[in-house]
Amino acid sequence: MLEFLLRRVLQAILVLLVMTVLVFFGVNVIGNPVYIFASSECNQACLDEIIRNLGLDQPIWRQYLTFLGNLFQGDWGLSFTHGVPAMSLILERFPATLELALAALVLALGIGLPLGVYAGLKPDSPISKLIMGFSMVSFSVPIFWIGLIFILIFSVRLGWLPSIGRGDLVSVFGLFEVSFLTWDGLRHLLMPAFTLSLIMMAMVIRLTRAGMREVLHADYIKFARANGIRERRVIGVHVLKNILIPIITVLGMEFGGVIAFAVVTESIFSWPGVGKMLIDAIAVLDRPLIVAYLIFVVVMYVTINLIVDILYSLLDPRVRLGGNAS
Amino acid sequence: MKTKVSLALVATATMVMTPAFAQEVLTIGVRSEAASLDPHWTQLSADLQVQEHIFEHLVDLDTSSQPVPGLAVSWAPIDETTWEFKLREGVSWHDGEPFNADDVVFSFDRLRAGIDGAPASPAFQLEKGSKTWEKIDDYTVHIITDGPYPTVAEDLAMLPIVAEHATAGKTASVDFNSGEAAIGTGPFIFEEYSPGNRISVVKNDSYWGDDPHWDQVVFRPVGEESARLAALRNGDVDIIDYPPTVDLPQLESDPEFTVSTVSADRLIYMIPSYRHVEDFVTDMDGNPLMPNPLRDWRVRKALSLAIDREAIRDRIMGGASLPTGNIVPPGFFGHVDEIEADPYDPDQAQALLAEAGYPDGFMITIQGPNDRYINDARIVEAVAQFWTRIGVVTEVDTMPRNIFFSELIRGGDLTFPGFDDPKFSMALTGWGTVAGEATYTVSGILESYNAATGGGNGNFGRYSNHDVDARSVLAKKTIDRDERLALLEEATKIAMSDYALIPLHFQVNKWAMSSDLEHTPRTNERTLAWEVKPAE
Amino acid sequence: MSDAGVSLRRQSRFAVFWTTFLGVPSAAIAFVVFTALCMAALLAPWIAPQNPYDLSQVSILDNLLEPGEQSFSGMTHWLGTDGQGRDMLSAMLYGLRISLIVGIVSGVIALAVGTLVGLIAAFRGGWVDSLLMRIVDLQLSFPTILVALILLVILGRGVDKIIFALVVVQWAYFARTVRGVALVENSRDYVEAARGLRFSAWRILFLHVLPNCLPTMLVVATIQMAQAISLEATLSFLGIGLPPTRPSLGLLIANGFDFLQSGRWWISVLPGLVLLVLIVSVNVLGDRMRDVLNPHLQR
Repeated sequence: MLEFLLRRVLQAILVLLVMTVLVFFGVNVIGNPVYIFASSECNQACLDEIIRNLGLDQPIWRQYLTFLGNLFQGDWGLSFTHGVPAMSLILERFPATLELALAALVLALGIGLPLGVYAGLKPDSPISKLIMGFSMVSFSVPIFWIGLIFILIFSVRLGWLPSIGRGDLVSVFGLFEVSFLTWDGLRHLLMPAFTLSLIMMAMVIRLTRAGMREVLHADYIKFARANGIRERRVIGVHVLKNILIPIITVLGMEFGGVIAFAVVTESIFSWPGVGKMLIDAIAVLDRPLIVAYLIFVVVMYVTINLIVDILYSLLDPRVRLGGNAS
Repeated sequence: MKTKVSLALVATATMVMTPAFAQEVLTIGVRSEAASLDPHWTQLSADLQVQEHIFEHLVDLDTSSQPVPGLAVSWAPIDETTWEFKLREGVSWHDGEPFNADDVVFSFDRLRAGIDGAPASPAFQLEKGSKTWEKIDDYTVHIITDGPYPTVAEDLAMLPIVAEHATAGKTASVDFNSGEAAIGTGPFIFEEYSPGNRISVVKNDSYWGDDPHWDQVVFRPVGEESARLAALRNGDVDIIDYPPTVDLPQLESDPEFTVSTVSADRLIYMIPSYRHVEDFVTDMDGNPLMPNPLRDWRVRKALSLAIDREAIRDRIMGGASLPTGNIVPPGFFGHVDEIEADPYDPDQAQALLAEAGYPDGFMITIQGPNDRYINDARIVEAVAQFWTRIGVVTEVDTMPRNIFFSELIRGGDLTFPGFDDPKFSMALTGWGTVAGEATYTVSGILESYNAATGGGNGNFGRYSNHDVDARSVLAKKTIDRDERLALLEEATKIAMSDYALIPLHFQVNKWAMSSDLEHTPRTNERTLAWEVKPAE
Repeated sequence: MSDAGVSLRRQSRFAVFWTTFLGVPSAAIAFVVFTALCMAALLAPWIAPQNPYDLSQVSILDNLLEPGEQSFSGMTHWLGTDGQGRDMLSAMLYGLRISLIVGIVSGVIALAVGTLVGLIAAFRGGWVDSLLMRIVDLQLSFPTILVALILLVILGRGVDKIIFALVVVQWAYFARTVRGVALVENSRDYVEAARGLRFSAWRILFLHVLPNCLPTMLVVATIQMAQAISLEATLSFLGIGLPPTRPSLGLLIANGFDFLQSGRWWISVLPGLVLLVLIVSVNVLGDRMRDVLNPHLQR
C-alpha cells in the first residue's frame, strides 16, 4: 500500500512538472499582452516601459525559471490586470466554482439516482423509456445552448429566477462564504447548477440503471430476497451499496471535468468563479493568471485522481492486492 | 428604479432585519469588470470608469470630452513653456485629510518613478512635452514643458490624483483593491470589491461638487451581451452599457425601458497597408500583386465608395452609428464640417477600379477583432460582402482582441524600411479621440510613423505624406487655438482626400435602463453614476 | 465473438449483425436520421438554395428575415436569414457539413493515432508501455475543454486547427482503450498459436489483434465523435474555433444568441435542434453498437 501510494505521488509530481513547462510555454506564445494594455497614444518609449514592467524583456526560458523558482516558494505570480497575486485571486473565486460544482453534483445524484433505480427496476415501463430518453438528450445537449434557453424561459419570459451572478452570501464559521444558505443565493444557484449537472445526471442515471440490472441478478440479492428481507431494504441497502462504487469512481473522475466545464456555465450566468476568471484573463492575455489557473487545475485534477485511486483501493481490496495503478 | 431596503444578514440561516431605512441604490450592469482600483495601474476603460467614482483629476472632462475644472479651478499658460494650475480649496479626502498641492506632486512623482508591474500606467502623458512640475504654494502648481505645448490641460485630464498620506508605502493595486488605499476625493467612497461579482461604492457626503444622488452604486460585470440584457429585463440591474444592437429598436419602443444615446469619440475605420507587396492582396489566382493596388488612391476610393455605410448602420448597428468621412466626431476640436461620408456608389467604384488597372478586381483578406468594438466582426463581414460585389473578392478573418492587436501592430515580418512589422494588409480597427480634440488623432493615425517622436503611433498601415506630416508636427507646438485648428483641418483634408484610411462610422453608444431613470451619456463611453438620475 | 462456435460466412455474419443492430426501433430511427443528415451534408452544395460562402450572394440588406419571407431579389428563405443575411437553410446545411467533417475527421485521425500508440504499448510492453501510458495519463489528467481552449487560443482559427485540437484531446482515450483490449487479446489462444507459427509481430498485430479490437474502437469512436461535435460547438460559442464566414452549427447557434431576446428565435434554435438531433442520433447508435458488439464496455 505504501509503495503504491509513493509511486502514485511521484508520478503526480512528474506530471505537474511537465505540465508547468507545457502550460508556461504554451501561454507565452499567444499574442502580446502589451498591445492590449497600451493606450493608443502610447509611443515606443512607453511600450518599452510596459514590456519591462511585465517582465517580458527577459528571454522566455529565464521567465520560466523565475516562474518555477517563485512557484516553489509558493508565489504563483502577479496578475497583470489585477496587480494582485494570482493565487489569492484564484482562492478568492474558487469557492464560488466549488459551490456550483458541488451543487451540480448534489442535483445529479439527487435526481439521477432515483430515476436510475426506477429505470433499472422496471426497464420496460414507458416511464423508464422516458427517463432513458431524457438521459440521452441531457448527455447530448450542448450546455451552452441549454443554459441560454433556460435564461430565456425562466428569467426573461417567466421572470422566476435571476440570470446573473451569485446571491447573498453567508459566512460559515467565518472561514468561507456560501450562498446556498440564503433564499436569494439558492435562486441564483439553481439555473447554473442544473445546467452544469445535466451531463453528470445522465451518467448517474445510466450507471445506476446498468448497475441495478447487473446487481439484481446477483446471487446474494436473490438470497437476500429469498430470506425474506423486505424489498425496500434490499434495494436501499444491498443493491445501492454495490452500485455506488462505480458511480463514485466515475463521478470522482468527472468532477475535475465539471469544474473545468464550469468555464462555459460561468460565462453564461456571470457566475463569479474561476472559469469566468479564466475567460476574462484570456481576453486580456493576463498570462500569469492563465498559467496559475491552469496549473492550479492540474494540481486539483492530479489530487482528485490520487484520492479516487486511494478511495477505490480502500473500497475494493482487489485493486490494493493487484497494486497496478493503470 | 426600485428603492431597495437594506437587509443585514446575520451569519446564520435566520435573517434578522435591521431597522429598515430607504436607500437609493443604483445597480449598473457593465460589459467588463474593473480589474484594479489603483488609478495608475492600467488604462482599461472598465477600470477607469469605476475609479472615476472614487478618484478625480485636476481637469475633468464634461460629457462631450471637453476640459472643465476638476480639482483645479483654473489654468492658463503664464509663458511659452509654463502652465499655472490653481487648485480647489476646501477639498478633503475620504478619510477627512485635506487635499493640497503636495498630493498633486506626489501623484505625478509616483507616475514618473514608475509603478512596478503596472501594465499601462498613464505616465506617458507626463512624457508628452517632457513635463516637469513644481509646487508654488499649497494651492498652486506649475507644469513646465520643454517647448510650446498646447494640450497640457487635456493631458492632465488623464492623470488621477491619489492621496499622499494614503498611498505612500502601500503596495500598488493590492492595497487599492482591498480598499485600504482606495481613498480619493470623488463623489463616492469605496465599499466592497468582490471579484467577478460586484464592486460597490457609497455616497461621499462631504463631496465638494453636486450631490451625486445615489446612496450606493453597485457595478456588476455581465460579459455576455444577451445575459446583460436579460439581467436588465428581470430587474437584476437598473442600467446596462452596450445593450445588444439587435434589440435596440425593440427596447426603444418599449415603455418599460429608456435608451440613452451619444455619438462616441471612437472612429471605426478600415486601415490599408502601403507596402509594395502585401501578403493578403493577390490576383485572382492567388499570386502576390506587384505593385500593391492599395497604394493607388483610386483603388482606396473605390473601396470606400463600395461600402454602404447606411446599410451597416441600419442592418447591423440597429441605427446606432454615425457614417462619416472624418476622423474626429462632430463637436470635437478639429472636426471638418465639409468632409462628408462617401455615398454608396458601386458603379463609380467599379469604374475607378478599371481606371486603376483592375477591371476584374483582385483578391484580399481583411482582418478585424471580434470582441473589441460594437459588432466588429459583423461589420468586417459586411464590408467583405460589399467589396466582393464590386469584384474585389474578399475573405474575412476575425480574431479575439488579444491576438488581433499584437498582430496588427507587430505581427508581420520586417519587409520595408521604416515599416517595422504590422501584419495585415487591410484591417478594421478603431481610434478613440479621448481628449476631445484632434491634435493627437491627426498625429496618431495620419502622420508618418516615427518611433522617436511618437508620430504615427496608430498609423499601422504606414501611410506617409509630407504635407500631412508638416502640418501635424507644427500643430503639436502651436498654442494658439485658431492657428492649431487651421493646421489640423488642413492636415485632415489632405489625408482624407487621399483616402489615407477608409472611415466607416463613429460608434454611437447606447445605454438601456428601466424607464424610471434618465441618463446623460458621455462621448468617452464611461458610465458614471451621477449622470444617471431618477426620471422626472 | 459472442456467436463463437456458430460458423457463419462473413457476409451473413454481417447481415446478422445489421438485423440485430437495427432490431431496436430507437436504433433504426437513429440510423435513418443520421444517414439523412449525412446525405444532406454531403449534398449541401447541390441542394442548398444559396452558397453561404460566396459573399457576393449574401447581402446584409436581406438580414433577419423571418422563415418564409422573401428577400430583396425575390428568393424565398424558408427558414429565414441570419444577422448577415445568409439563408438559414443553406447555412445550416453547410454548417452541418462542417460539424460532421470536424467530428468524423478528428475522430478518424485520433482513432488512428490512438490505435497505433495503444497497440505499440500493449505489444512492446516494458518501458515503452510505461512511457506511452504516462503520456496518456498526462493527457487525460487535463480537462478536455481547457486543453482545446488553450490550444485554439494559441493556434488561431480554422477547420484544420480545430481538428488538430480535437485530435489532441481525443487520441489518449483511444490509446488507453485499445491497449486494454489488445492486452486481453494478446493472452488469447489464437495469438499464442500465431506466435507458435512464427508470424512476425507486426503481422500478428495488424492481422489478428487489430481486427479483434475493432468493435470496441468503433464504439469508442462513435461516442467520441458525438463529443467532438459538441465540443466544437462549445468552442465556437466561446468565440474561438472557426472563422465567422464559414459557420458550423455551433457558430450559428452562438451568433443567434444575440438575436434570441428580440424574438428572432430561428437563428439560434433551428441549428440548435439540428445539432441536438445529430448528437442524440450518434449517441443512440453508439449505445446500440456497444450493446451488440461489446456488452461489457462501460461509458
